[in-house]
Amino acid sequence: MMASSYNAKEEDGHHSGASSGTGVSKNKKPDNTAFKQQRLPAWQPILTAGSVLPAFFVIGLIFIPIGIGLYVTSNNIKEFEIDYTGVSSDSPCYNCAKNFTWNTTEPCVCTVNFTLHQPFESNVFMYYGLSNFYQNHRRYVKSRDDRQLNGDLSALTDPSKECEPYRKSGDVSIAPCGAIANSLFNDTLVLYYVDSNNSISEIPLVKKGIAWWTDKHVKFRNPAGNSNLTLAFKDTAKPVNWAKPVYELDPSDPENNGFINEDFIVWMRTAALPTFRKLYRIIQKKSGATPTLPNGNYMLNITYNYPVLSFDGRKRMILSTISWMGGKNPFLGIAYITVGSICFFLGVVLLIIHHKYDNRNTSADIPS
Amino acid sequence: MDFSLLRNIISRYCVGEEIWVDSRTVYIGHKEPPPGAEAYIPQRYPDNRIVSSKYTFWNFIPKNLFEQFRRIANFYFLVIFLVQLIIDTPTSPVTSGLPLFFVITVTAIKQVGDIVVVKEDETFPCDLILLSSSRPDGTCFVTTTSLDGESSHKTYYAIPDTMAFRTEQEVDSLHATIECEQPQPDLYKFVGRINIYKDKEEPVARPLGAENLLLRGATLKNTQHIHAVAVYTGMETKMALNYQSKSQKRSAVEKSMNAFLIVYLCILISKAVINTVLKYAWQWSPDRDEPWYNHRTEHERQRHVVIRAFTDFLAFMVLFNYIIPVSMYVTVEMQKFLGSYFISWDEEMFDEELGEGAQVNTSDLNEELGQVEYVFTDKTGTLTENNMEFIECCVDGNVYIPHAICNGQILSAASSIDMIDASPGGYRREYEDLFFRALCLCHTVQVKEEETVDGIKRGIHQGRPTSFYISSSPDEVALVEGMKRLGYTYLRLKDNYMEILNKDDEIERFELLHVLNFDSVRRRMSVIVKSSSGDYLLFCKGADSSIFPRVVSGKVEQVKARVEQNAVEGLRTLCVAYRRLSESEYQEACHHLMEAKLALQDREQRLAQAYDIIERDFVLLGATAVEDRLQEKAADTIESLHKAGMKVWVLTGDKMETAAATCYASKLFRRTTQILELTKKRTEEQSLHDVLFELNRTVLRQRSISGLSVDCLDFGLIIDGATLSAVLKPNQEGAGHGNYREIFLEICRNCSAVLCCRMAPLQKAQIVKLIKASKEHPITLAIGDGANDVSMILEAHVGIGIMGKEGRQAARNSDYAIPKFKHLKKMLLVHGHYYYIRIAELVQYFFYKNVCFIFPQFLYQFFCGFSQQPLYDTAYLTLYNISFTSLPILLYSLVEQHVSMDTLKREPSLYRDIAKNSLLRWPVFLYWTCLGVFDAVVFFFGAYFLFDNTTFTSNGQLMTTNTQMMFGNWTFGTLIFTVLVFTVTLKLALDTHHWTWINHFVIWGSLLFYVIFSLLWGGIIWPFLNYQRMYYVFMQMLSSGPAWLSIILLITVSLLPDVIKKVLCRAMCPTATERAQDHQKLLPGSVADVTPLSFCRSCKGTSADSSHLHLGTAESLSLCRSDPLPQKLLAHLAEGGGTDLCPLSPYMLRLSGAGFAYYAPGPETSV
Repeated sequence: MMASSYNAKEEDGHHSGASSGTGVSKNKKPDNTAFKQQRLPAWQPILTAGSVLPAFFVIGLIFIPIGIGLYVTSNNIKEFEIDYTGVSSDSPCYNCAKNFTWNTTEPCVCTVNFTLHQPFESNVFMYYGLSNFYQNHRRYVKSRDDRQLNGDLSALTDPSKECEPYRKSGDVSIAPCGAIANSLFNDTLVLYYVDSNNSISEIPLVKKGIAWWTDKHVKFRNPAGNSNLTLAFKDTAKPVNWAKPVYELDPSDPENNGFINEDFIVWMRTAALPTFRKLYRIIQKKSGATPTLPNGNYMLNITYNYPVLSFDGRKRMILSTISWMGGKNPFLGIAYITVGSICFFLGVVLLIIHHKYDNRNTSADIPS
Repeated sequence: MDFSLLRNIISRYCVGEEIWVDSRTVYIGHKEPPPGAEAYIPQRYPDNRIVSSKYTFWNFIPKNLFEQFRRIANFYFLVIFLVQLIIDTPTSPVTSGLPLFFVITVTAIKQVGDIVVVKEDETFPCDLILLSSSRPDGTCFVTTTSLDGESSHKTYYAIPDTMAFRTEQEVDSLHATIECEQPQPDLYKFVGRINIYKDKEEPVARPLGAENLLLRGATLKNTQHIHAVAVYTGMETKMALNYQSKSQKRSAVEKSMNAFLIVYLCILISKAVINTVLKYAWQWSPDRDEPWYNHRTEHERQRHVVIRAFTDFLAFMVLFNYIIPVSMYVTVEMQKFLGSYFISWDEEMFDEELGEGAQVNTSDLNEELGQVEYVFTDKTGTLTENNMEFIECCVDGNVYIPHAICNGQILSAASSIDMIDASPGGYRREYEDLFFRALCLCHTVQVKEEETVDGIKRGIHQGRPTSFYISSSPDEVALVEGMKRLGYTYLRLKDNYMEILNKDDEIERFELLHVLNFDSVRRRMSVIVKSSSGDYLLFCKGADSSIFPRVVSGKVEQVKARVEQNAVEGLRTLCVAYRRLSESEYQEACHHLMEAKLALQDREQRLAQAYDIIERDFVLLGATAVEDRLQEKAADTIESLHKAGMKVWVLTGDKMETAAATCYASKLFRRTTQILELTKKRTEEQSLHDVLFELNRTVLRQRSISGLSVDCLDFGLIIDGATLSAVLKPNQEGAGHGNYREIFLEICRNCSAVLCCRMAPLQKAQIVKLIKASKEHPITLAIGDGANDVSMILEAHVGIGIMGKEGRQAARNSDYAIPKFKHLKKMLLVHGHYYYIRIAELVQYFFYKNVCFIFPQFLYQFFCGFSQQPLYDTAYLTLYNISFTSLPILLYSLVEQHVSMDTLKREPSLYRDIAKNSLLRWPVFLYWTCLGVFDAVVFFFGAYFLFDNTTFTSNGQLMTTNTQMMFGNWTFGTLIFTVLVFTVTLKLALDTHHWTWINHFVIWGSLLFYVIFSLLWGGIIWPFLNYQRMYYVFMQMLSSGPAWLSIILLITVSLLPDVIKKVLCRAMCPTATERAQDHQKLLPGSVADVTPLSFCRSCKGTSADSSHLHLGTAESLSLCRSDPLPQKLLAHLAEGGGTDLCPLSPYMLRLSGAGFAYYAPGPETSV
């Protein structure tokens, strides 16, 4: 990449003088080591047009194919997104959104119909997406107690100050405390396939395996000492905005209940940007040749619990397949192609410059 | 008790060191004086410990903080720290790295007033007053090598009343008090008084001077033991006081650093203000301010909005505070401290003869060595060897030459004067006797009889091969030796009698009554002796200018002519005069001297007055001439400095002719140099005004005529002290005539070499100050070896002391001390150059990397509701400057060599590339800052778009193949941080031109350290942390393919512009340095072949006429070859006579010829 010349300067053994000096001078005479004399052997690269030029071509030649590969892969990923916030009056969830109150006993349910024009092969991932939701607000990000979530008993009954104002409900401490936990996304999404003869079949959604393994098994722990979660959380209150306490998040599966509920864990990993999506469910690939989601009509059944209109937010449901490079993101491919081309172009420019100026320089160097 | 303490404190802290008027009283043996004499006030003295480091264990924190806060960044640092402590901020208080500190403690706890016995070859533990010595005459011999480098044995005297004490009992019986001044750092000044109380008698008061004070650090020699009483101990000893009070010089780099810092401070504040304003604009709607999912606490809600806004502002300040690189100061300090070792380690600057290498007294100015524009050098001992050889003497117009050096060639110009070989006759005889005796008596030379002496040796080879003359002044040794060759041998000083072996082998004895010591203001010294016949004689020798005005009779004209003749030949001349004192005159003189010597205050002034009264009405005896040869490679050094674009000024107290001859020999003035004269002689003919304007016109006209060849045509100016003071005098004629000072500066600016002769020490400093204050504010360097150069060494930006033969005063007061003048070349051209480019990169890089670091955080505020959410984890915020990116730049700033040392030495013109602080100018700074902003934008938006799905509406998370898991805000920050650390480190790698194994180790090592640290930091649930935000974040990121791809992409994009800029600049408009690099690469190792070519290339004025060019080549060739080319030099000389352009008096031309002819065979003209 860079022009180089090894310039190993030998230590020249200048010891002749030392013998002539008296005792004093011998002591004061500096050591003749390569380091102290600043003569360590060194590689001395110089960035010149000639030496950098091949590097540019190489970068160009590597980056462009990678970019094309990424771009093609990204384009092959199928993604479907639908906004079910219910802003406009013709939207199915308009009523639910409009009449939202915190203290309803009867959940509002709405149904959105949509059509997939292409079949989704292999595993399909189902996301919910929120917009204009500042999960990365400082007050919000720090409003949690990792000790409590790790099953620490003292933190369970006396959560960190950071959780304020979601730390205590009356005199009872909240578990899980803090703003993040309090605002857990609690819409329930159910997907139905409507086949050609209008019969409706529910698509099985897998709710496990959506969180980081380390989060689920190490970072998040239910309070120790009691296998019965109800008893373990008995001195705590549920977060204010929750409908049910933490030990009832998934009563059907004790491995997915309490703090180690995967929906909860996913929510607790705060998003980097105000518009984000989070993994909700996985639709496992079916055995045989049938696509996971064949093209056709679908029905999305939403239990509308989560208000976003107050802060002008949006809610979406996304279905996506993935590739080796993750989700759909053409940016990386385009960027690679662009940078590769620029490097290649610069390589050509440098080649010209190298020829033009190097000749001139060498001719100027040699006096007549 | 309280009062005395208070007084002590006041005197120590409120009064400047120089003007301590207070005195202290020491009770010898802690015995109270007899009642009624004086109240016994016990004083508190420091213990006898010397701490010579900046910090001790105890004062480290406060003192270090104080040092830090003195800087311009100080206040800022403090504020940020306090804000972090007080309000709820996004980051925790962060500590900076620990600076180095070490303690050297010398323990010998002694109390003041104790009587101390010191044996031979022992070092004095504190400052002592000598009471008695084992020698019967009450003297003792001491070497002060470790204090001032003078290896000669100095004689110290016991107090007459106590010198008889032999046993401890006797000493114990002494009842006395000592009054002396409070401690002050001057080694050669001490003023005190001892009061000796004897039973029922009036106390006897005796003066105490520097000759009674034995300094800590000095060693007792040739004396079995002494008794002495301690007066100053510990930190109050003169040695300790000299460790402190180092100059507070600041380098130009530091000044630009502070300027940059202010810019960044403004950026920081504006960033915080912008964000605060936007925050309140954005959260104007309550749904944004407090959405249902993110409520404030009740306490926060009740706070007034103004207080909230102010707190937010401060929080933003804290969040962005890393943009001001506080760690830069620590790194710069370390770089300077460690880097300065390379100077003292340099073997090439080690002098075998002296047994010493270069010495660094302050490391603050390393990089200033690369910025020098004006070099002010002393002549004697600096340009010349200060190794004197007696050439001739002239007694009443008759020249005497010691036969050993008789050389008709030298004296060819002086053929009109009789040459006699000391033949006696008539009245001459009397003067001759007096003259030779005067030179044998009027000196402070000691006779040393041992062979094995360290340091300077001078054998007397006739008769006694084992004895040497030793003196702090080489001139004196040369004169005494010269006298010996003419038949008069100074034998020794015994019991105050000086013994001389005269021509007829008879021993003459003179009683030495008084020595009126030499000082550079008076420029002469005298002795008063009593001859065996009972006559009182005063002999005086000194500079002609200080002797002639005091002469009443003698052959003044002849001597003056001879003195001038000798000076033209570059010889050092001294005049000798005498005065016969009558008994009454002697008594009066004695009275004056004693009175002055007893004074506790203003002793110096009174002595000067007394000397002035005594030294008058002289009879002129004659003059002497002593040769001082040029130092080895002095001419080569000066030539290199010229090529490097520096202006060299010689400031000397010598006569104009002597100095000019030296200047020609040392190539300060060349054949082509036009000499402009601004001397007293000339201003006597014309008015100063006219002369100045005429010279100015000459300079300007020449410049406009020669046009292109400015570089090759240069002027030399000669000015003398008298004219200089006239020029610098404030103009009395009003503003109408303009200021001479300005015109003078204008002339000087156009002269590449200036010679100032007949300068008083203070005038030297004045000149330096004048240039320093001129409108370009050039960086000045002063170099000298003697005490008379100290003022200019202290005044100049960089002061360099030569460890010369006249003691160590210059070296001690300098910033750097070198053994020889020739070492200046390597010091400036190599070390200075390296230090400058190193520190310039260090400063720029530090700002750059902090912009890269903080700007993404600023951008992130736009996406997190201006909530001061940090982008990076606290550990990353803290360690970024301390460990991830600090070592590579520190190492770079210690070992980088963009061009090899040999190339720098070979091509001094490369020094011009870094002149005028060129690497730290605003455009360069702007470039680095823009680069930093660009990189930061690439990091942030690169990551942003990766986390973003452009096809659909945005989503905040990315999914990976193997885990299909989501990334949160900490992964986002970690991705950016990883790209950041790699980019800034690789950027430094691209800038490194000198890859030693240490560079490889540190650069790749620090990247590896970052990875390992991140793995570890995220790998464990840390029990002491109450958050686990980083848990497995780094690993999850690394397990994602797109993250790898994007890291590689972003690093490439960030580095691309800088690489392109570098390559294009090198190809399109290469600097001399870049050319040298290319050249070095093309021809590695072949040093000698390249030289002539490179000289031509580096000469910008190639359009000059061919003879100039030819000359340049010839000169450079003669420099390169090892064999001298006397013919060539003579040819130069002949050509030199032909330059009729010079407005030079014929006298001057002849002079230049003589200079060349004289110096041509010398070793200094050939390299």
